[in-house]
Amino acid sequence: MSNDKVIIAEQLTKRFGHFTAVDGISFDVHKGEIFGFLGANGAGKTTAMRMLSGLSMPSSGKASVAGFDVYRETEKIKQSIGYMSQKFSLYEDLTVKENIRFYAGIYGMTDTFIKDKTGFILKHLHMESEADKLVKSLPLGWKQKLAFSVAVFHEPKIVFLDEPTGGVDPVTRREFWSMIYQAAETGITVFVTTHYMDEAEYCNRVSIMVDGRIDALGTPQQLKRTFNVSSMDEVFLKLARKATRAAD
Amino acid sequence: MKAVTVNNIKKRYGAKKPFVSALEGVSFEVEKGELFGIIGPDGAGKTSLFRILTTLLLADGGNVMVDGLDVVKNYKDIRERVGYMPGRFSLYQDLTVRENLEFFATIFNTSIEANYDLVKDIYSQIEPFKDRKAGKLSGGMKQKLALSCALIHRPSVLFLDEPTTGVDAVSRKEFWEMLKKLRSQGITILVSTPYMDEAGLCDRVALIQAGKIMSVDTPEGIVSAFGKKLLAVKSDSMLHLLNELKACPDVEDAYPFGEYHHAVMKQGGQKELNNYLLRSGKAFELKEVTPDIEDCFMALMKN
Repeated sequence: MSNDKVIIAEQLTKRFGHFTAVDGISFDVHKGEIFGFLGANGAGKTTAMRMLSGLSMPSSGKASVAGFDVYRETEKIKQSIGYMSQKFSLYEDLTVKENIRFYAGIYGMTDTFIKDKTGFILKHLHMESEADKLVKSLPLGWKQKLAFSVAVFHEPKIVFLDEPTGGVDPVTRREFWSMIYQAAETGITVFVTTHYMDEAEYCNRVSIMVDGRIDALGTPQQLKRTFNVSSMDEVFLKLARKATRAAD
Repeated sequence: MKAVTVNNIKKRYGAKKPFVSALEGVSFEVEKGELFGIIGPDGAGKTSLFRILTTLLLADGGNVMVDGLDVVKNYKDIRERVGYMPGRFSLYQDLTVRENLEFFATIFNTSIEANYDLVKDIYSQIEPFKDRKAGKLSGGMKQKLALSCALIHRPSVLFLDEPTTGVDAVSRKEFWEMLKKLRSQGITILVSTPYMDEAGLCDRVALIQAGKIMSVDTPEGIVSAFGKKLLAVKSDSMLHLLNELKACPDVEDAYPFGEYHHAVMKQGGQKELNNYLLRSGKAFELKEVTPDIEDCFMALMKN
């Protein structure tokens, strides 16, 4: 097993009663890679992500995340990852600084580390004058950029991003992706879902889930070549139209 | 008579400073039978605008006519004539599919039978599940039921607030096909969306950002107003290429755009940029492209 692999999944499966939400998926993700995890609504993405982040016990199969086993070492996994989603990221009724302190505190960061890094982040985001404002008063794009900074504050090995740019304006969406690139440069692995197919092009590799299985995996270029189309949008439509299961 | 006339609408929230300004003098008109898109990111003011247009929220300034009626003076009449599908699923989760549709038909003094032809295409897809509780439906089915309920009284104007947000590419395409069918039945449709690629499916669109309308036109009109040369470039080292483009004096703006980077030219064109990029000695691919709505939206945002 290569040390370079930070996520290894082999035949990972999750059943709920008679329903197989995730049906034997196998893939590896490398250190510092930006891995796009695509699929139609109801394809099983969220269930798979919950297993990989130690929140849900698989029914069968194997997986390790940041070198830890998804059955036995879920607490260690949680300490090694960061997470943000479109729906839940920050506490609206805490200030910018309070949110940072809260999350960093949960991950056991020291006061000096928190203090130094908070200053650095606020400067980097050009948000120094917003430090004491409530998060709910910020525009969505700022919130999402702040949420990402908070999710990688404790310098996790992997960050899981669940539709981080949904509804964000096109300029801010690109600024967000430039933050993703910067994080990947420092060696953080990025595992990201999105409904924007142009963003699939920004990933090093992309997997596409259909009805609980991974039906395609490769670089955007490889996938377009395999399906003989010119855009990721067409790759996605070709695969997702095969789905038989209803969306959730 | 226009289906909708919006004249200098203003809306702000909060009792004291700093106010949150949601709409800062918004004006546009929608023709009868038009499929009109309001395109903009979250927080642009789309939902406030829809709530004002459907008489659910009072504006702080300006006036709005819907189907020839004033939204303040004639709000009761307007409510009978418009259909509204809010962004959040807001049907009765503990009523069945059929009960929800019957409920909406009844409060508008009509029946499912009277208007079945209008909703048939959409409702027939969920009719096999008519005895299922609405709360137990999948996302796509909930959307179809909500659209059926918004249509069952045969409204003259239909307002759909972000019907495709969070919906995958396949379901989005299906939903837009349903809208095109409805338009062919003569219903005026106003639909809001954060997805720029959906603009091309509308007759006309208003691009909205930070409470202001940046442009109202046909999708083709918006594209032709871009007025600058746009080049698409790619290479093996996209990050490096982006920095090179940003440093080029002929380039006004450069940003990632899917597989390529887009370079908006200040002056010059393909030849000039080609010569500039050749100097670094690295291989690249360069072509001139037609801007799409997202390019136009970004250019307008930066103005």
